[in-house]
Amino acid sequence: MEKTSFEFNEHQTLEKLRHYLPSQAPLKDFIHHNTLHAFQHENFNKALNEASALFGYRVSLSLHEYRQLFQKGKISEAILDRLLHEKKGEKAREWKRKLIQGNFTSHHKTRIGELRKNWKTLYNYDLELDVQPLLFRLLCSFLDQGISIWNYPVPHKSFLDSVRELQKNSFGGLFSSKRVVHLLLDKNTSIEQLLHLLVGDVSLFEYYLFDQQFSHQGWSGMAAVLEKQPDTLLDKRKIQLKEFILIELLLEIEALDKKFNQNWAPLASRLPVYPKPLFSKVEMSEFMELHLLWQEAFEWSYYDEVLAGLHSEAKKTNLKTKTSFQALFCIDDRECSLRRYIERFDPECETFGTPGFFGVEFYYQPEHGKFYTKLCPAPVNPKFLIKEVERKNKRKRDAHFTKHSHNLFTGWLITQTLGFWSAFKLFLNVFRPSISPASTSSFRHMDKFANLTYQNYNPEFSQDGLQIGFNLEEMTTRVENLLRSIGLVDNFAKIIYVVGHGASSANNTHYAGYDCGACSGRPGSVNARVICHMANHPKVRLKLEERGILIPKDTHFFGALHDTTRDEIEFFDEASLPWLSIDEHLKHQFTFKKALAHNARERARRFESVNPKWSLRRINSKIQLRSVSLFEPRPELNHATNSLCIVGRRSLTQHLFLDRRAFLNSHDYKLDPDGKHLLNILKAVAPVCGGINLEYYFSRVDNQKLGAGSKLPHNVMGLIGVANGIDGDLRTGLPLQMIELHDPIRLLVAVEHYPEIVLDVIQRDPATYEWFKNAWIHLAVIHPGSGEILVFNNEQFVPYRPLTSQLPESRDLKDLVSSSRENLHVHHLN
Amino acid sequence: METIIPFFILLPLLGFLISAVLPHQKEKLLSGFAFACIGLQLLGLMAFIPNWVLQDHQFLSYPDILVYNTADYSFFLSFTFDKVTAIYSITGAFLAFLVSTYSRVYLHREKGYKRFFVSLLFFFLGYNIAVFSGNFETLFMGWEILGISSFLLIAFYRHRYLPVKNALKVFTVYRIGDVGLLLAMWMSHHLFHHNIRFSELANDALVVSHLQSHSLTGIFISAAILITAATKSAQLPFSSWLPRAMEGPTPSSAIFYGSLSVHLGAFLLLRTFPFWEHQMSVRIAIIALGLSTSFVSAMIARVQSSIKSQIAYASSAQIGLIFVEIAMGFDVLALIHFAGNAFLRTYQLLVSPSVVSYLIREQFYTFKKRPDTLEDSLPKKIANTFYLLSLKEWNLDAVVAKLFWNPLKSVGKKIPIHKNRTFLFVLIPSFLAGIFLFMKEELLPPYIFHKLPLVFSGIALTLVLRSFVERKDVFLSWSLIIANHFLIALALSFNEHYNMRENMIYLSGISLAGAFGYLLLYLLKKKESNFDLAQFQGHAYEHPRLALLFLLSALGLSGFPISPTFIGEDLIFSHIHQDQLLLAFFVAMSFILNGLSLIRIYARLCLGPHQKAYHEIPYKSS
Repeated sequence: MEKTSFEFNEHQTLEKLRHYLPSQAPLKDFIHHNTLHAFQHENFNKALNEASALFGYRVSLSLHEYRQLFQKGKISEAILDRLLHEKKGEKAREWKRKLIQGNFTSHHKTRIGELRKNWKTLYNYDLELDVQPLLFRLLCSFLDQGISIWNYPVPHKSFLDSVRELQKNSFGGLFSSKRVVHLLLDKNTSIEQLLHLLVGDVSLFEYYLFDQQFSHQGWSGMAAVLEKQPDTLLDKRKIQLKEFILIELLLEIEALDKKFNQNWAPLASRLPVYPKPLFSKVEMSEFMELHLLWQEAFEWSYYDEVLAGLHSEAKKTNLKTKTSFQALFCIDDRECSLRRYIERFDPECETFGTPGFFGVEFYYQPEHGKFYTKLCPAPVNPKFLIKEVERKNKRKRDAHFTKHSHNLFTGWLITQTLGFWSAFKLFLNVFRPSISPASTSSFRHMDKFANLTYQNYNPEFSQDGLQIGFNLEEMTTRVENLLRSIGLVDNFAKIIYVVGHGASSANNTHYAGYDCGACSGRPGSVNARVICHMANHPKVRLKLEERGILIPKDTHFFGALHDTTRDEIEFFDEASLPWLSIDEHLKHQFTFKKALAHNARERARRFESVNPKWSLRRINSKIQLRSVSLFEPRPELNHATNSLCIVGRRSLTQHLFLDRRAFLNSHDYKLDPDGKHLLNILKAVAPVCGGINLEYYFSRVDNQKLGAGSKLPHNVMGLIGVANGIDGDLRTGLPLQMIELHDPIRLLVAVEHYPEIVLDVIQRDPATYEWFKNAWIHLAVIHPGSGEILVFNNEQFVPYRPLTSQLPESRDLKDLVSSSRENLHVHHLN
Repeated sequence: METIIPFFILLPLLGFLISAVLPHQKEKLLSGFAFACIGLQLLGLMAFIPNWVLQDHQFLSYPDILVYNTADYSFFLSFTFDKVTAIYSITGAFLAFLVSTYSRVYLHREKGYKRFFVSLLFFFLGYNIAVFSGNFETLFMGWEILGISSFLLIAFYRHRYLPVKNALKVFTVYRIGDVGLLLAMWMSHHLFHHNIRFSELANDALVVSHLQSHSLTGIFISAAILITAATKSAQLPFSSWLPRAMEGPTPSSAIFYGSLSVHLGAFLLLRTFPFWEHQMSVRIAIIALGLSTSFVSAMIARVQSSIKSQIAYASSAQIGLIFVEIAMGFDVLALIHFAGNAFLRTYQLLVSPSVVSYLIREQFYTFKKRPDTLEDSLPKKIANTFYLLSLKEWNLDAVVAKLFWNPLKSVGKKIPIHKNRTFLFVLIPSFLAGIFLFMKEELLPPYIFHKLPLVFSGIALTLVLRSFVERKDVFLSWSLIIANHFLIALALSFNEHYNMRENMIYLSGISLAGAFGYLLLYLLKKKESNFDLAQFQGHAYEHPRLALLFLLSALGLSGFPISPTFIGEDLIFSHIHQDQLLLAFFVAMSFILNGLSLIRIYARLCLGPHQKAYHEIPYKSS
């Protein structure tokens, strides 16, 4: 930790603030990320300890919860003993006693807020109560994307300038204190100057700003994010964190002036003791260490089973003679069980996993759309544009969302007419839920029958600096990279499905978090169609041949979209299918449908309203009802329980029951001896899967400060975020309903390759290496020859011998998935 | 036909009582029970209303239920049924039915599932008592239940700061309305010389003849009614409580603050219309209030950038128009408007999370640079001024605080009672002196004797004011309220020589609840070191039962209709003479502040973020 300087550097402090504030974008661009990204440069345990001491976050389960897990056998005693032996040596026994029955009370003190709380204790004044509601409302009105009818009057200037303009050009204005108005209008007013008035002592300035901004980290974070990514708003706004802070400081001075008639001394002058510097060193307490030990024991109790399973599978050789069809899925954990069922119902098929944008990165513009949507991982900035043309479906509208009902006279008419219609609609939706314009459906992302501008014939053919479509060379490269990275370079089947995924839900503000993370929180349908078009292109095939990939003439790539909420599938461009393959496709379609129905049952075991023993048909209709019911806060459970990512051949996992907890990325070490493709895979896996996993982790352990709390009272603010009630802070992270079933366990990435290659690969990219080095993600390697397991520890691979000797066997999946609503052990499938 | 009316009260009552004892982990049982109970009510009404319409739809009155009776005073419950009741009860039952069905799944796994459904049924009970009520006393009973159940539903997330803060805020506004209703009750008692039934108001000749000689009294009663209606229906200057009530789960916000609760002000006006229809000045005042509210609220609604506050203000604006319609005598139109507004706002609130996907999709396809709005035609400076004013909600919060609460608080803070013991030194002698004087009436000259009620009720009021601002000593705050009740009883004993039995009725509930509450406080203090009123302590987190019992005793002490004090209050009021406006004001203020202070003690001790750090603690700004 750095020392607190006695000089105030505005720029540095702002940068530091930005670093620690939540970095969640507006709702429509919701993307999972590590909630504690600010601490990622440090070792996981140390980071947790600091985050907890500095910001008061809860960073693990409670002792009580761990002990319960221990009693239930979810934390294995053998693993705990081994861990204590490794870490505590001779003192293992003493620590074990403390862990299991030690009596501790938490004297948890957090540093954030310590300085600023003195307004209340010393001045007897609740400053925040007077400042925050107006501040939030002002900012929200400025940023509003379309809720208000009478919009913010000065939208095109920066936030601060717009407030100045309002102040100058109105009677009364926002501020009334003369000196505050003067400060506001003076262009030279700086944060430092205001802090001199409010705080007085330079050494406390940074502390004060942190206290202030972290008393409403949601709004501050939003201001900081929009400063860096203004494009995420469709209706753009100019705002800087600095301006937001200035306005807040001015509001505080105004409030204090009003309360004490300008007769108040700066905070520092009345402080009896200065609080300890915010970023001074944090010691690891025994209390914290106990939690971290439990956490590790919890994680390894689970990993041990998984690694034992992988170890036993790695030794088997897999011989497939005939392939009926092949299918590419997203690595998403929700596809894990679907693939298992497809393979079960058609043992001759072969499935692959790869990030769901399928290696094609572009912006997408639906017909009549005024904006572009990014369809690739969020950090990528594509140069291509795919446009939808000749759309057949019309967008549906719902008069109940009309803003006219909020006006006085139109409202008077509407309440007496449409008002009664809404009673009827509500009745229908409560007793017979059905799809409505208010719900989101993955299939609406793109019109199935519309055309897309796949190919670019002329580089001039562009729009806003984006090239429309891909040229042949660009297509070939993308198809080649995709096929090589998943290890599909020969033995092509007649039909190769490329299945994107998306989700459907109603009344869901976090809908973007349910779609494909690799497509920036959108369904993967367009990407599936685009890559299939490329791979089917005869000229691309020729070029691929030159590069050594020979795809037979009668092989056809076939795009599809899997709706993970409804467990439905839709196939695209069916007309382009060679007529010789139609029969086969019909057969496979049947396999898909059957697999989806069984998949729905496996998902249903988590829902209390569905009994997995019901008939498949009944379960399916119940599941589909969930996706359109206004009153269903859990249309699906999304990534809850995710904990694994396995990079390797499918044969490693094909006969393991991983309970939908694994991201599966196909990769063949034989085709990638120097790890070129592996690097690309891990570069995506670490931030995407690691980000998902850690967001679930932190939202689960502290749903109040790091998560969004229950979604039931949420109120939509300016279409960019949600808050509780009307005066609350924006809530970042995941709502309670998404994480309640999640076990907070770090991601274990298991790679099938040679340890020295993997070590070399992860060290090639510092950003990726940081995840593993600092143990935000666990890494294990399955040695291809021997099947030996090695785990990454202190920057090297060390052999690991699982304590689990024998996995339970499962003959009947139906029995297994009906047995419990809890997480299931790893099983060996027969 | 009227014999069926009690069914519509007893059913919700039974429903509430039974639901309160159902086990809290049985989600399906709890919500299924609420579903069945409200569904049965709806079915009953659906059978009853057509029958009633066919049988010449007249004003039905259920025979009075006498609760307490003396020679010159009787306390009775009365229930009626007419078209206002018909529309309000069927709309209420329909919406409550849909929302309870909706919430069965929506609230799944939420902590407080039972609390939600019990509060819902409690609210439903209060609502039905109010809309079926046949006199002010019965209406007041329903009113009180609505107030408490609203408080509990807004503070549903009882361990977060904002819901609890806002629940208290809404409760204080409701309390202002309660003063109005109490005073209206008291004055109309004097006007008509008995507890008036609403059915009697329909008798034009009776009303007109009484009003002719007492036109000021008439205006007083009407004004009190209007204040009550304005608080409940979020009219000026009280409008800003409505959006702040949207803190509970969306369905509860939808049904209570979007639709049912907020239209009860309009109900009160519809119900009392025959009383003030002949007073032109009142009608003009109502029209002026309704119109100004609808303009201001509509303007505020237009600048709202959060969906729930937008709907709340839009609803308040429409209710303003409903007020106008009622005052102009268009009662049928007002009833249609009420039902339409209630349905629309409920639906809009329920689908409010969908606006993100819906409006963003709309925006994605139809985005235009800033469409012109109405206000663009105004000169820039004036438009900006109104924009900022609306953004600040016309400073309504500050206005209400300045008008109603700040004066009381500053008086309360000046009262030099600091410790539990010092206050006993003041109180016990003055109480004993009071009793002594009461016995030896002849010692004092009559003109002093006649001032004594005012003196003692004045002391009583200062005690409760002090209790209201106490920040440290919980026991002091609690005892001051008990003392207040005793002094009020004493004060009124000087006023008229009524028999001690009435005082007993009044004080029996107080003593019991007071002692029990004191014991609970003592138990809590023994367990917890954090024990003051300066901030929320959230002890319900660890001691939910104790908190519930304490809430009950606080309600008992405040004269809530679970204790005989409720009747006692009404009784005592009947002994205040028509010309003793100040005394009536003192006593009414005492009752109101009592309730506030008690709920404040409950909230500070039991609700809010729990201070211990072994679990997740929400931010203050959430």
